[in-house]
Amino acid sequence: MGEKILIAGNDAIAEAGIRAGCRSYFGYPITPQNELLEYMSAHMPKAGGAFVQAESEIGAIYMCYGASAAGGRTMTSSSSPGISLKLEGISYLAGCDLPCVIVNVARGGPGLGNIAPAQGDYFQATKGGGHGDYRMVVLAPATIPEATELTMLAFDLADKYWTPVLVLVDGVLGQMMEPVEFCEPVDPTTLPLKPWALTGAQGRPRNIVTSFFLDPHELSEINLKRQDRYRRIEAQEVRYEEFETGDATIVIAAYGTVARIAKTTVKLARNEGIKLGLLRPITLWPFPYAPFRALSNRVKTILTVEMSAGQMVEDVRLAVAERAETPFYGELGGIVPTPRGILREVRKYVSYDAENGQSF
Amino acid sequence: MEKSVILAGFGGQGVILAGKVLAQAGMDHGLEVTWFPSYGPEMRGGTANCTVVLSDEPVASPLADDPTALIAMNLPSLDKFESTVASGGTIVLNSSLIERPVMRADVKVVSIPMNEMAAKVGSALAINMVALGAYIKATEVTPLATVKTAMAQMLEKDGKGKFIPTNEQALEEGYNAA
Repeated sequence: MGEKILIAGNDAIAEAGIRAGCRSYFGYPITPQNELLEYMSAHMPKAGGAFVQAESEIGAIYMCYGASAAGGRTMTSSSSPGISLKLEGISYLAGCDLPCVIVNVARGGPGLGNIAPAQGDYFQATKGGGHGDYRMVVLAPATIPEATELTMLAFDLADKYWTPVLVLVDGVLGQMMEPVEFCEPVDPTTLPLKPWALTGAQGRPRNIVTSFFLDPHELSEINLKRQDRYRRIEAQEVRYEEFETGDATIVIAAYGTVARIAKTTVKLARNEGIKLGLLRPITLWPFPYAPFRALSNRVKTILTVEMSAGQMVEDVRLAVAERAETPFYGELGGIVPTPRGILREVRKYVSYDAENGQSF
Repeated sequence: MEKSVILAGFGGQGVILAGKVLAQAGMDHGLEVTWFPSYGPEMRGGTANCTVVLSDEPVASPLADDPTALIAMNLPSLDKFESTVASGGTIVLNSSLIERPVMRADVKVVSIPMNEMAAKVGSALAINMVALGAYIKATEVTPLATVKTAMAQMLEKDGKGKFIPTNEQALEEGYNAA
């Protein structure tokens, strides 16, 4: 750890990428992600890496495909509409088992939408988006220090499981500033070798990176191996945070920006005697089904709050089944819920015992 | 202790930078801080604002629906945010551009002619530091010296070191007037 600096989320994620040993970045401008690209343009060359502002988002993701196939740590970033454009390439990366880190600084949608913060890309991130039977690890930081840690982790997970990894933030986390102490940089020359990489076939059989397999049995076998890896990810990589859930009777489910806002709601609620907690998924895929299942056996209500019309709530309901009530509160179009706005929703599900002055 | 302030004004009045200086000073003073700007399609002459939260424990929400202070550099900012300020909070307003009084009786009001005061130190652009100086005096969130250092370091980093003396004067002018 080094010196503490005040830094914006977009800049911090870019710096974390360079520190993770990423030596190639390909991107295309879009608000509210532009500063990430700008930071890379200034700092990647100094780190001895390649920065390319591609001709389009599609160009950028396929440049990542090439850099990854050649064995390097590589990264691209965009915001919602730009991520839609990258989906074909992400499916190809997954189909070739290529590691790659993709950052989505999400904004209001669908379509061109607006540049305000939103969480409407949860389905796209966690349920495929692109075609075919693939999964992508999705990491959802709630603070800028955590965004730097998870960006560095994203590169490790991508290399370990041969998969694209998405870091999903939104306009708030991209634009806001917060103090960060960065982890020590990784020396890219010390990273484990990738025996499958296209590094020149001198003295070894040639490697082929492809997602194209005409023989159904061959494609099936490759898919089954990939699915085994996905099961290992589900078993080993689930991450989440529980906050004040110990004695809670009602718990908020939220991720990213909304989760940190909801933490203030928890404090406000506890000041007025409401036993409110928070369960924050850090990995959106693999989703923390088990902690939600466990919680649903002892709380009355799990209120999902998102800047969407209700996307993650489907996974919460899958985990909770009918064991607790699972209402939803969402804001759309780039409106950010406030601590007291969430508290007003929470109160709807709290019963008051006037005699004892207790809430439950 | 958690303090939150909305700095609001016309685009070009420097509220975004003033917020950054405050956040940096808060961090240098050992506080946990967040800085969040309105980042819509703003331009010079439009409206701009940012929210700074300073706390002695990790900051949860970077947005405040009832900030403990408001710095209003123009009338639209006061109109928009006056009602949101927490009871017992502080409103620092620019009387050069705001002719109406604050309607609230439950907040502390610091009303100073920021445009004239900035002109007095020799730069209309230093209005944001006048405002910040007044806010620091009224709320005592950090020592003025820490704010001066943070401001100087930020201007130096941006290659604007020659403006440091004027901005220091502006901070003092605001601080002494509050």
